[in-house]
Amino acid sequence: MTSFNEFVIRFANVNGSGSASANGMFAKALFRMGIPVTTRNIFPSNIQGLPTWFEVRASSREYFGRRDKVDIMVAMNAETYKEDVNRLESGGYLIYDSTRGRPRELYRDDVHEIGIPITKLILSEFSDPKQRQLFKNIVYVGSLSALLDMEFDVLTSMVASQYRGKDKLIQPNIRALELGRNYVLKYLPCPMEIQVKRADLVGDRILVDGNEAAALGAIYGGATLCAWYPITPSTSVADTFEKHASRLRVDPKTKKKNFAIIQAEDELSAIGMVIGAGWNGARAFTATSGPGISLMNEFLGLAYFAEVPAVVFDVQRAGPSTGMPTRTQQSDLLSVAFASHGDTKHPILLPATPKECFDFAADAFDLAERIQSPVIVMTDLELGMNQTLSDPFQWDDSRQYDRGKVLDFEDLEQIERYGRYVDVDGDGIGYRTLPGTHPSKGSFFTRGSSRNEWAVYTEDAQSYINNMDRLNKKWETIRSLMPSSEVEHRNGRAGIIYFGTTTTPMNESLGLLDENGITLNSLRIRSYPFGPEVAEFIDAHEKIFLVEQNRDAQMKSLLSFDLGIDPKKFVSILYYGGFSISADYIVDEVTEHYVVNKLPRLREVES
Amino acid sequence: MTFVPKPKARHPLLKTNEIGLTRRDYEAIVSTLCAGCGHDSVSAAVIQACHELSIPPHQFAKVSGIGCSSKTPSYFLGNAHGFNSVHGRMPSIATGAYLANKELKYIGISGDGDSASIGLGQFAHIIRRKVDMCYIVDNNGTYGLTKGQFSATNDRGSTSKRGVPNLYAPIDLVSLAIQLGASFVARSFSGDKQQLIPLIKAAVLHKGFAFIDVISPCVMFNNHEGSTKSYTHVRNHTEPVIDASLIMPRDEITVEYEEGTTISVPMHDGSELQLRKLSDSYEPNDRVSALTYVQQAQEEGEIATGLLFLEEDAVNCHDILGTSDTPFNGLEQESLCPGVEKLEQINDSLR
Ligand SMILES: Cc1ncc(C[n+]2csc(CCOP(=O)(O)OP(=O)(O)O)c2C)c(N)n1
Ligand code: SF4
Ligand SMILES: [Mg+2]
Repeated sequence: MTSFNEFVIRFANVNGSGSASANGMFAKALFRMGIPVTTRNIFPSNIQGLPTWFEVRASSREYFGRRDKVDIMVAMNAETYKEDVNRLESGGYLIYDSTRGRPRELYRDDVHEIGIPITKLILSEFSDPKQRQLFKNIVYVGSLSALLDMEFDVLTSMVASQYRGKDKLIQPNIRALELGRNYVLKYLPCPMEIQVKRADLVGDRILVDGNEAAALGAIYGGATLCAWYPITPSTSVADTFEKHASRLRVDPKTKKKNFAIIQAEDELSAIGMVIGAGWNGARAFTATSGPGISLMNEFLGLAYFAEVPAVVFDVQRAGPSTGMPTRTQQSDLLSVAFASHGDTKHPILLPATPKECFDFAADAFDLAERIQSPVIVMTDLELGMNQTLSDPFQWDDSRQYDRGKVLDFEDLEQIERYGRYVDVDGDGIGYRTLPGTHPSKGSFFTRGSSRNEWAVYTEDAQSYINNMDRLNKKWETIRSLMPSSEVEHRNGRAGIIYFGTTTTPMNESLGLLDENGITLNSLRIRSYPFGPEVAEFIDAHEKIFLVEQNRDAQMKSLLSFDLGIDPKKFVSILYYGGFSISADYIVDEVTEHYVVNKLPRLREVES
Repeated sequence: MTFVPKPKARHPLLKTNEIGLTRRDYEAIVSTLCAGCGHDSVSAAVIQACHELSIPPHQFAKVSGIGCSSKTPSYFLGNAHGFNSVHGRMPSIATGAYLANKELKYIGISGDGDSASIGLGQFAHIIRRKVDMCYIVDNNGTYGLTKGQFSATNDRGSTSKRGVPNLYAPIDLVSLAIQLGASFVARSFSGDKQQLIPLIKAAVLHKGFAFIDVISPCVMFNNHEGSTKSYTHVRNHTEPVIDASLIMPRDEITVEYEEGTTISVPMHDGSELQLRKLSDSYEPNDRVSALTYVQQAQEEGEIATGLLFLEEDAVNCHDILGTSDTPFNGLEQESLCPGVEKLEQINDSLR
């Protein structure tokens, strides 16, 4: 039976062989045919030579989670051939380079094997060694266009626009596409039973990764300084900030830049620069991953206690220590929430889509200045580095930045006596002044040592307590400013809570569970501290599944810490293998819970 | 932003500077350091220098790390904002602050523990980045605030208060600063305000990274016999090689030096820096020979002081980065937010 627009294809390549752009072109072509797609890079911590995989999932139902098995495998890496063959679904398609023979014992009679003499085709057509290497990838894309029945001119016009200005490259690329396409058209049954068909399911959406989205959000949010230290998977936040700022933030007349990027000597210095700039009234951010957060701890505590705005993006990877630097996880939650010694705590934003990365990035700068404290936007490799279908970015030109409570010269003139930490408005947030504002009023000494509300150093116990209590009052103000959770009631008896990139497979999981007779109400956490709707949701259900991509159920601890909820209330579903959690995994874990505990799989009809 | 301060009624004995402020306007709360601590003399020199420069106090921003030395920004320029950050990391705070607003004068105060141990990395990198500031290390060869452990600037063989000799070679911040590209490098002694005040004035006016290593004895933990950072030892072993004096535009030049021994350097505000060579062989504009001289003196147990290296018209961090003339913290939303139309183009490019 022929299926349309519903498959997972995996490309098995060797790192550094130039496959990324060909694979990306394939995904983009599907997207341009109006088919919802998402992509996933599975790559090693290595520059050249090790195996890498690239997956594209096309799905009209928009089921975008990772699947363990794939429908089509383009097996271009001899080293992983066995593993790749085994990853195919029964009835799936194996596409391989048939130029040389391949191991007999790896034949599978339950899959379709499609041998294309890719190397031979290339050798006959191209003589330049570099082109011979690169165009292998283009050849299989050409073959796929016929096998899947794609619109060929979508591909050729992409080549034309990609190499605009380097016109010499257009013809050879198109030639390579044709080589692959013509071979399968001539010698193989085409198309396969898995096919694509132009659809109108993409609308005005875009294909982008979370890191680029966050960088654009930082530009729109008014960030002027990006201070950072390279670390996978966060590096492209700084790279794309530079790319876009170099276009969007340069004065057309003077050619001078309304931004600066500093590659710091380490993460301590990166966050120090961000705090120094924040103290002096400029919007600044850093982007990092777990090990960087560890190094930033002391400074984050200073910024919390000295009340200086700062924005940090933590694109999480698998830890502890160097862990698996090119794998994804949600395991920095506690280390970020409490980053630093003493009674320190930080608000967290938890985007789930590129659009939300953009929005939360821009919002983070308003928030940080409003609350005069670090705000940490937590994503992960899965969201940060993979292009996925997203709502387009939006901006309202009438939106005004919220620069928070900052007194200027005129304000200070009106004031009898200025006190940096006096809680004038009762929301726990005092008024800042910036260096250089007034000759005789408003100066104060910023420090991490205890002080009274007039910013005067003191070790007096009561003054210290008053200050810490005010910071807690501010915490409640912060709570009221955070984006609230997304709640969906489906008449389920139990609830399921998730956050971040678990959102991607959740749609599919909930659908599959429902088919199995288990209907769950859901809540997606979007920030910490938690809003009242989180406590309400938990209270309203006897059982709550809590899905996290870490070993120790860190969100459970955070919910208990922040809302005083009995941790026994939660049934944790934990995945921490470093790949993004799959829909099947969630379904299996929930289902098993019902089976093991011999519970009726009730669908609640609420009275 | 510049504000002309209102003239106030003054005690007739308090001398006012060009902008009508007295020395008291440059002071702050009373120090809580030990009586006789060298750091207090450095603060006094900063107060005097800034007063003489006639720069309004609020046009300064003070930054520091952690230590007795790093506490001292509380004790000068009370009308300026200050940031007492974390141990060894003042350079990154200073860099961020300077990137946010290039119009203020930055004074950084650090200690030898702060800059030569925990913060050596940041010290090196702020020099590379050419942040425009005056960076002072109150160098006492010890960790004052944690009660007298050896610091990395302590000389080998110099003894602790209990008579234990230091076994490790010292790090010389002056040599490092010259080597890493600082455009103004000086060394002085907290007990020699004649030398120190003009150096601070010149460092503040210098456009570029100005570093002053001030030997500043710790009376509590490192002022005994056997220490090479005690008042007595430093007094007996300093070797002033360059004498710097700053001639303000309105000043009359009173002393005439013999030709050939003075170098005159015009400063950006119209004043003039006069350097008088006390040692014939000294070349303060040549990195290699300055470095050699400083290190030779050190080999001989002498401490070369004065303005040891000067590169005029050095580029600074903002020049390198090509940033806007308006300080970042003064940019309006219009110059920061590209707006909806541009965003639509970006959306299109992602389709
Ligand atoms: C991360 C960290 N480690 C240790 C300390 C403890 N500490 C405070 S001051 C200091 C040494 C200061 O020495 P120095 O910079 O020479 O300043 P001095 O007190 O001598 O002026 C140390 C180790 C600290 N504050 N922070
Ligand atoms: S302990 Fe030493 S450095 Fe600290 S204040 Fe006392 S004399 Fe100064
Ligand atoms: Mg010291």
